[in-house]
Parts: sequence; structure tokens; C-alpha cells
Amino acid sequence: MKQDTGIVSYGAYVPRYRITPTEIGRVWGTDGAAMGAGLAVKRKSVPAPDEDTITISTEALRTALIRGAIDPQEIGAIYVGSESHPYAVKPTATVVAQAVGATPNLTAADFEFACKAGTAAIQTCLGLVGAEMVRYGVAIGSDTSQGAPGDALEYSASAGGAAFVIGRERVIATVRHTVSYTTDTPDFWRREGQHYPSHGGRFTGEPAYFRHVTECAHRMMEQAGTTPKSYAHVVFHQPNGKFPQRVGKQLGFTDAQMRYGLVTPYIGNTYSGAALIGLANVLDVAKPGDQVLVVGYGSGAGSDAFDLLVTDEIARYDRTYGTPVQEFLDGGVEIPYAVYAKFRGKIRMGGS
Amino acid sequence: MSVARFWRETPRRYNLGGCRCPTCETVYFPPRGVCPVCAKHRQSIGRMEPYQLSGEGEVVTFTIVHDAAEGFEMQVPYALAIVRTVEGPQLTGSVVDIDPSEVSIGLRVRATFRKLREEGAAGVIHYGYKFAPMDERHRPPKRPGRSERVPSAAGAPVAATSGP
Repeated sequence: MKQDTGIVSYGAYVPRYRITPTEIGRVWGTDGAAMGAGLAVKRKSVPAPDEDTITISTEALRTALIRGAIDPQEIGAIYVGSESHPYAVKPTATVVAQAVGATPNLTAADFEFACKAGTAAIQTCLGLVGAEMVRYGVAIGSDTSQGAPGDALEYSASAGGAAFVIGRERVIATVRHTVSYTTDTPDFWRREGQHYPSHGGRFTGEPAYFRHVTECAHRMMEQAGTTPKSYAHVVFHQPNGKFPQRVGKQLGFTDAQMRYGLVTPYIGNTYSGAALIGLANVLDVAKPGDQVLVVGYGSGAGSDAFDLLVTDEIARYDRTYGTPVQEFLDGGVEIPYAVYAKFRGKIRMGGS
Repeated sequence: MSVARFWRETPRRYNLGGCRCPTCETVYFPPRGVCPVCAKHRQSIGRMEPYQLSGEGEVVTFTIVHDAAEGFEMQVPYALAIVRTVEGPQLTGSVVDIDPSEVSIGLRVRATFRKLREEGAAGVIHYGYKFAPMDERHRPPKRPGRSERVPSAAGAPVAATSGP
């Protein structure tokens, strides 16, 4: 692929509220602390009642545009990847485009591929920019996902997102290679009209997450001619804190390489946002010359991998504007389950 | 509110799009067709210029809402404030991402993008500006020498060399 195409700017956003697995377990009569330890999730983020995938995407993209001093009218494409688009029919991307001032001369669409719709959007933008069809393409991964009350997913499903501006000028991280690995694997799904997703329990592990991430990472390193030692940072999709650490070890990566890319233990699984917020955290600290491996995963199932090279431009790039990802990981306000249930619409109201 | 009525107001609600008098440079939000403060206000008719508010401002006064209007029940208690923007216009909006008891007169805020209300479970969702506490990291950097349009915190492009 074209060697000058890559990330021009980025921004992340995580809602303010947090809930702990211990608090969730207290309500359902289970050992929430043990559940949290098993998943390696300390807290998860909770969106306020007035936040959704559209508002999270908009906040993340506004940060990215200001940091990169990018004229929104130069954006030729906006793709928002999510499995919690507020409308079943009516695009998230059009609202985001209007809210950042990018309309009307652009193309926009919503992507859905469980947790990897955001990385699929990046690949699409790389194609458009590489073909010189657009000057800037925007890829966003953002979610406000829910697990059914009492389900294992409820301990991790959270909210957040990140936006990446893809272009060929002032690139802070070149995308040198990208590959994908896709099969029909029904490990997690949500049928039309269903409020909560279903999953295959342990089936989400070996034949789904681990197979796809491992195969995709191997293919990526084979194509790039790299080994795990080549990378300063690695980011995996992180449905919990445990899976990415295990797959990282299996592939030969160290804790130090995974440190900045692992955000789920502190904010939960932000689904389409998870790997992208991890990448944003890496870029918050990356130095020129750093190589970064990103391997996303989406149930259903597929993996997208990226081999990135951080450029000298990152030294000139303004990383001081907006909230750094580390602050989202450390900050937040913890709320009890009752407030969480109210915020997430889990309480049946009169007249509804 | 009808879909069409809200849609007509989208540029204001999403992007704080106001206008400015070309003669006295007074900024208005929402935009208006004539400048009422100009000595030669007739000259402003048809000449008012679109002007993008930055979204920055400070709380002039506020109230804590405990008995909310329909559609806002889930958010009580919340702070509703009059915010004086740095460009001059004063506007009303909720202050979010802060405990309402911590809102105070003089609090510096920035525009943020939030869901305003939903027309029931099947209706359209309305989005627009609210305000959140602002710190120095949310002040867009000054970039001397750049004259092209750059984004503002409120969304739409604003001339880098214009505005306070």
C-alpha cells in the first residue's frame, strides 16, 4: 500500500461515570469482585442519559480536528463503526458530519461488525485516501453497548470511542501494512429488535477471539517482515482485560509492549472503541520511530491488523489539546447500580 | 417539536452558528437579520455575516432543576445556566459533567454535544449544545501564521484569525 498514507490526527472520548464489578455483583448476588478479577476489569464506563454513540463520536472527532488543525470542509468521508447506533435506520455518520461542520460535500455511512467496525472504517479510509479520492477520511469506532442484566457481559460492556483522521499530509503514524482474517463464526450476535446481545459463552474464546487475532497477527508480521520484538507497542481488541494479555503472551509480546494499548481494565469493553482507544493511548506517548501493531477483533467474526510507524511529525503534532486517554482511565465518578440502571434505561417507566 | 422545526434550527443547535454586524461587529446568537444597536442599523439589513461562536464562555447565573419538564426526568437534578460566551451573546443551556452543587457563577465552560431529547421510543432524537466545565487543555491552540479555516470546539469551521 502507499507508504505515505496514515493517521493525521486522533481523539478519544470516554463518558464520565464508572461502575465496579463488585457493585454489579452486589445486586445480582454473585461475587462481583471475583468476576472482575477473572475478567481483569476494575471499572467500566457508563454513559450519561444524554450520551450515545453519536455524541461520543462527535466529541472524539472534534478533539481530533482541533489537534490536527484540520478544516472539516476538507473531510471527504466519515464512517462510524458501532454496534449501538442510536437509530436502526438513519445514519450516525450524518449527525456527526453536521456537528463537526463537514457537510455537505462528503460521503458518510455507518459500519457494523461487532467490535471491529472501527478498524474496518480505517481500512476503508486508507483505500479512499490512497486512491486520492478524498483528502481526509475519518474513521470512528464508538459504542454504548449493554449486556443483559446479570449476564457476564454486564460486568464489562461500557461506552467510549475514538476518531482517526486518515490522510497523506502531516501523517503522525504511517500505516505500512494492513491485513484481515475473516470467517463465519457465530460467537456473539444480536438479532433485529433485541435489546441485549447473545453469546456463545466459552465459544467466544478459542475458536473466535484467539483464533482470529492469532492468525491475523501472524499474517501481519509475515507480510511486514517483522517479529514481536520489532514493535514498541501492541494493541489488541480487548473484550476484557484477560483475553488480550493471554493472546499477547501466546504471540510473544511482553507486558511492557502491551502496557499503553490495554485500557479495558480501567474503562471496560468499549466494543468498537476498545482497540482504537488503546491505539489513542499509545499515540499519546509514542515517539518518532516507534513501530505499533494493532489487531482488532469483531465477533461474527474477523480481525483487522495494522502495522504502523510513528513519524517525526508526531513531535510537531499538538497532543496537549483535550483530555489525554490516561486521564479517562484514571478519572471518572463511580455510581451505584441503581443510578446505572436509570442511566442505561433498564428501569421500566410509567407510560413507556 | 416537529421534525422540520428542529431541523431548521440544526446549524444553531449543533454548531452555535450566529451572525455578526459588519459595521459595529456585534455578534448575535441566534442570528438575526438586522443589527439593533448600530447607529446606522438600516445599513446592516441583508448584510449580517455568519459568525461561528467558539463555544467558550462563563456562567452568568444558573438554577438547579429538580422538577423537570417532560423528557428530562432521567437527568434531574441538573444545572440550567445562562452562559455569556466570549464573543458576547448569552445563551441558556444545561451544564453537564459536573455535580450540580459545584456549578457556580463565573464557572468557565465550553460547548459540548449532547442528546437534548427524544420524541418517544420511535421518534426522532434531538441533539445540540450543552456546556461542560472547561480547563486550559480545551482552549484551542493559537497557531500564528495559519489563516485557513480550522475547527472550533463547537464544531463548524471558524476563521483562525477572527474572534477574540
